[in-house]
Amino acid sequence: MLVKKIFKLKNLRYVLLVFLSACIEDAPLDSLSPEGPYARSIDELFWITFWIAVVIFVIVQGALLLSVFVYKEKPDSPEPKQIHGNTKLEILWTVIPVLILAAIAVPTVRTIFDLAREPENALKIEVIGHQWWFEYKYPDYGITTANVLVIPADRPVRLEMWSNDVLHNYWVPKLNGKRYLVPGQTTYLNLHADSPNEFWAQCGEYCGLSHSKMRGRVLSLSQSDFDAWVKNEQRDATAFSTDDLSLAAEGQQVYLNAGCTQCHVINGVWDVQGDRIAPNLTHFANRNVFAGAALKNNPENLTKWLANPAEIKPGTFMPNLELTESEINALIAYLETLK
Amino acid sequence: MTKIIEPNKQSNIFKRPSSETGIWSWITTVDHKRIGIMYGYAAFFFLLIGGLEALILRIQLSQPDNNFLTAAEYNAMFTMHGTTMIFLAIMPISAAFFNYLLPLQIGARDVAFPRLNALSFWIFIFGGAFLYSTFIFGTAGAPEGGYLAEEVGWLGSAPNGGWFGYQPNAGMKYSPGTAMDYWAIGLQILGIASLISAFNFITTIINMRTKGMRFMRMPVFTWMTFAVSFLLAFSLPIIAIALFYVTFDRKFGTTFFLTEGGGDPVLWQHLFWLFGHPEVYILILPAFGIVSEVLPTFARKPLFGYAAIVFAGFGIAFIGFGVWAHHMFASAISPVAQAGFGLSTMVIAVPTGVKIFNWLGTIWGGKIKLNTPMLFSLGFIGMFVIGGLSGVTHSVVPADTQQTDTYYIVAHFHYVLFGGALFGIFSGLYYWFPKVWGKMYNETLGKIHFWLMLIGFNLTFGPMHWLGLQGQVRRTWVYAEETNLQFWNIIVTIGAFIIAVSIIVFMINWIFSKRNGEKAPFDPWDARTIEWTIPSPTPVWNFSKAPEVKSLDDFWHAKYEEDEEGRAVRKESADQMLLDLEEEGLNPTENIVLPNPSYFPIVLAAGLPFLGYAVIYKSIPLALVGALLLLIGGFGWGTEPLEEEVEENLEHE
Repeated sequence: MLVKKIFKLKNLRYVLLVFLSACIEDAPLDSLSPEGPYARSIDELFWITFWIAVVIFVIVQGALLLSVFVYKEKPDSPEPKQIHGNTKLEILWTVIPVLILAAIAVPTVRTIFDLAREPENALKIEVIGHQWWFEYKYPDYGITTANVLVIPADRPVRLEMWSNDVLHNYWVPKLNGKRYLVPGQTTYLNLHADSPNEFWAQCGEYCGLSHSKMRGRVLSLSQSDFDAWVKNEQRDATAFSTDDLSLAAEGQQVYLNAGCTQCHVINGVWDVQGDRIAPNLTHFANRNVFAGAALKNNPENLTKWLANPAEIKPGTFMPNLELTESEINALIAYLETLK
Repeated sequence: MTKIIEPNKQSNIFKRPSSETGIWSWITTVDHKRIGIMYGYAAFFFLLIGGLEALILRIQLSQPDNNFLTAAEYNAMFTMHGTTMIFLAIMPISAAFFNYLLPLQIGARDVAFPRLNALSFWIFIFGGAFLYSTFIFGTAGAPEGGYLAEEVGWLGSAPNGGWFGYQPNAGMKYSPGTAMDYWAIGLQILGIASLISAFNFITTIINMRTKGMRFMRMPVFTWMTFAVSFLLAFSLPIIAIALFYVTFDRKFGTTFFLTEGGGDPVLWQHLFWLFGHPEVYILILPAFGIVSEVLPTFARKPLFGYAAIVFAGFGIAFIGFGVWAHHMFASAISPVAQAGFGLSTMVIAVPTGVKIFNWLGTIWGGKIKLNTPMLFSLGFIGMFVIGGLSGVTHSVVPADTQQTDTYYIVAHFHYVLFGGALFGIFSGLYYWFPKVWGKMYNETLGKIHFWLMLIGFNLTFGPMHWLGLQGQVRRTWVYAEETNLQFWNIIVTIGAFIIAVSIIVFMINWIFSKRNGEKAPFDPWDARTIEWTIPSPTPVWNFSKAPEVKSLDDFWHAKYEEDEEGRAVRKESADQMLLDLEEEGLNPTENIVLPNPSYFPIVLAAGLPFLGYAVIYKSIPLALVGALLLLIGGFGWGTEPLEEEVEENLEHE
């Protein structure tokens, strides 16, 4: 008997193990593993509410199951007493939830205003939503980049956000909650990462065909690394001279002639006034993802993307330029030099 | 025998239809019971379609980076799933209950405006057909200037802007083609149907209660019908206006929601949710009503705190208009608005909690019969509590900014609308099955249906909480393998198919029991309300004579009295009374005047889709056809001979 019991328990352990392993795997968009003070204050609030909810859940489901088991019809059960109500009880179970909710309300309201306040000494970054990628501008440094947001670690960042087309929703679960990007309005979101790390971002609001592929990365760097990054980003790309015969130089010609310049800027190579509708490629090779962070930045993915962008991101504004294989290879070689 | 009085020739421009059986009798019927049944079948048909769409979505999401569907198809499927389930399945199934039961519960022969009742049903049918005709005629594509690798097939040619149609994404520039026009105008047509029934039910409840049926003696289901009708009457005009704006933006170049013309996309969110949140209560309150009927019957105890449950229902309906911005906590609203709407959302949990505790108080100390309707009602309480509690976590605004737009929300509202509304509806379908068909359903199959559905439901929607917290956003066509979400997504898909199996069991039970079920007595549950005092299936005249009600739960008090301890004791006269009732119910002694069938509701309703097509294709001829049908329908309706009345003159022999 005992052996049987142990055996069963052991089985249960395996079941639990499988269950847990499915839970504790690293999920890069996990909203329950905060890595910064904003996300942490939300997390704390969530768990307070969660445990209160668990207690109420146990009480209500317990009462439900108990009454079913105790008062289930049996052959000898008597006719029940006809109770129409009980004013005291009813007042009690109106007042108690009110008190519980009031207890939740206080920290909720406080946290709402804490999260909305502009932090001191914050780095200002503009986030512009496009179908289907995020553009970042650093007004203090004159930097324009895309897909990968680079921030200094352990320093608050103030995002000023708007959208260029439809509603988007900027979300870095490990750093803070979501905030919409609205055309014609500015919204704000604070980020703050504890330490140097890489985080995932995702557009939360349905924004059309490739909504699910509107992703991003946030890279938090130590202050010195961040300064170095800024310095590098401020540098223009060096143009290849026209008599350079390398593959990369050939790629630059493809960039200039195949139509890429209609939408993409490379500072120092194709400087134009005003914004373009596609990511600035000046330091493309430094970004580990591209195409709205839907793809890792490697030659294989670039080949696929350049051959037919709409295959990967339906609805994309990047046309299929009918590039030849050699043109694609040249372009990739060129893009890899854009550090 | 039935006697038809000859109509007055002078006013007889169109003859009224007279078939009592066959297809024409159904098309021209104004009988609230037949309309209710048709509502039920049509809504169930759409429920199956919406379910099929859900299964297609789940197949796509069972694997990361899956390519079972294209993005266009996926987006069309989730838009149609939401739109179908809300506007074409749950709302009309509730309307089926309202139609069939409301007159029976208040002791009336029909609703106040029988032809309007038929009109709202036919508008619903034409609206649904219009919306679904998008699969044939509709077009969708990439936003202006965007590219697609392949043509959008028929599956992707449905509306694709989400059931919430957020602007400007659902506008012409970003959702070109006609699919979103089908959505906007389809909802407009369906809204007319609901608006008409709302006023019909309000009038019916106020004016047609039988003798002694004071407001505070009405069954809770009738009360909830009343509350829902007011919710519809006040919330539908808002969405109607907003949908007109959208249609004008899309078809005629206005810029209500377009920034470039000075419009505001956030305005759409406010208007949509100012309708959309009351809509949630429109979907759930009927289930509250059903459960409030089923629990006392099978616990053999009166509803605990009847007045509190009624007022809580109206409290929810009222506060429901003041919480809309909790759908927009991450949107462009200020922290003050966040705090305000967070608090109002917490407040609405209180009356909801009161209801749940009162239901628990009802079964506590009862003599609980665990048959299928009761199981569904108990399951309703269990599942709805989960949805309610996750709802409270949304009122905690900072937490909601993490959860909003993720599967956590999908889990939450399916616990409310499936675990809540649909469980309540199934409870009601089983509970009133004998009254409608005069047959008993199969209890074993019913229980199999319940347990399969309960398991499938929790497997489907339980893990979604976790998926959402782990970062799976809503409306996501694909998710990256690195997000490590595949395990629970497979479980969810398996759960969805278990739900599908349970629905098949339900259908088998329904079809089989309706044909071969045991004959149902007229009061199979020893029930409490007056719809059980009449024969099963309900005779065409409902009550052979207008009943007189002396108390709440009148039928119960006619059968039972209380001893000194307060326990129910069956009156000696009860059995004889039941025999008398059956005899009386089948053999009316007085002349019964029933409303005449009419051709014109369907004619009038048929005009609306033509007007819809006319707007989409900017076609004058189609507009003329639509207008002509409306005119014929309206003119015929207005000039139908009133004098021609069918008299059910059945002498007691």
